[in-house]
Amino acid sequence: MIRSEILKEIAPILRDKLVVCNIGLPSQELHLIDDQPSNFYMLGTMGLSSSIGLGLALSQPKTVISIDGDGSVLTNLGTLPTIANNVADNYILLIIDNGSYGSTGDQPTYAGLKTSLTRVAEACGCENVVECDASETASVLQQAIDSGKMTIIVSKCESGNIKVPVITMDPVVIRDRFMKAVQSS
Amino acid sequence: MSVNKKIVSDLVANQIGFVTTVPCKQLAGVIEEIDASDEIYHIPANKEDEGMGLCAGAFMGGKRPAIIMQNTAIGVTINTLVTLTQFYRMPLPMLISYRGELGEPVACQVEMAVHTKALLAQLNIPTYHFHREEDVEELDAILKHTFMCNKPVAILTDAAFWKGY
Ligand SMILES: [Mg+2]
Repeated sequence: MIRSEILKEIAPILRDKLVVCNIGLPSQELHLIDDQPSNFYMLGTMGLSSSIGLGLALSQPKTVISIDGDGSVLTNLGTLPTIANNVADNYILLIIDNGSYGSTGDQPTYAGLKTSLTRVAEACGCENVVECDASETASVLQQAIDSGKMTIIVSKCESGNIKVPVITMDPVVIRDRFMKAVQSS
Repeated sequence: MSVNKKIVSDLVANQIGFVTTVPCKQLAGVIEEIDASDEIYHIPANKEDEGMGLCAGAFMGGKRPAIIMQNTAIGVTINTLVTLTQFYRMPLPMLISYRGELGEPVACQVEMAVHTKALLAQLNIPTYHFHREEDVEELDAILKHTFMCNKPVAILTDAAFWKGY
C-alpha cells in the first residue's frame, strides 16, 4: 500500500476529527480524497504538522490527528521529546512512514534505512507508540481514538505517489474554515 | 513590580495562555515567572520553528500564544514566519532577547545582532526595541496591536533593558 491508499481507507475516520496534514502530496491527496473544513492543510513549512497538532490538542478538547511523514518527522525530530513531555490525550500523531521523501521524488530517508522512528519516539519518552503495517492503519487509528490516550502511530508503507492537483485555496480561507470547525459543537 | 513580573502580568492581562520558550540567559527570569504562572501553559520548545508551530496550533485552538526566544532564532525561523505565521495570517508576539548589543561579552552574538533589525524589516515584521526599563510600559499596547493586526510582532529586549546579565 502507498500513502494515498492509506488516506482513502482512513478518510471516514478522519472526517469528523480535527486533522493537521503535512505539506505537499499528503495534503494534496487528502484534499482530493475527502476535503473537509476540519482539515488544516499545510502549504509550506516542512516538519511542523506534529507541532501544530500538539499545540491545537493542548488548547481545546476535540480529538486532533496530525498526519506526518517520516521525512518531516526527521526534519523536526525535536518534536518527539516535546510531545512526550506534554501529554495531550486528545492527540494522535500518525506518521506515514514510506521510507522516502515522497513529495520531492522518493529520495530515501534515514527512516527507510537504519533509523526506526518507533524506537526514537519510545526513547524520547512517548508512552503509546504503535508500529503497524499500512493495511492495519485504519483499525490502529480507531483503537487509538477509542483509547483516549495520546498515541504515536508509525504506519509502514511503500513509497509511491498518485497524480494530484496542488491546493489553490487561500491559506487564510483554510485557516478560517478550520477555526470555525474547531469552534463548532 | 519587577520587570519580569510586569511582563507576565501584561501577557496574562492580554489573555495570553500559551507560551513557548527557548531559553537565553537574559530571559531566565521571565521564563521562570511564566513557568510559575497558573494562567499560562508553558511549553519549552527544542527549536524556535517548532515553537512557532505549537503557537499556530494553540491559536487555532482558541488560545492566545506567545514565543520567547533569542534573536539568533530569527535566522532559524524565517521560513516558518513567512510560510506559516504570515501566510495563514496568525498573530504571534515574539519577546526576543537582543543579544550582541552594548555590554555583550560574546563576540559571536554581535554577528547576528547586526542582521537582526534588517531581517525583521525585510520580513515586514513590526519591531519594537526595549532599551530602557521604562520601555516595558509599551508592552501592553504592543500585545493589543499584535492581536488586532494578526501578525508576528517582534519585541527586542537588549542588555541595557535587562541591566546586563
Ligand atoms: Mg515519506
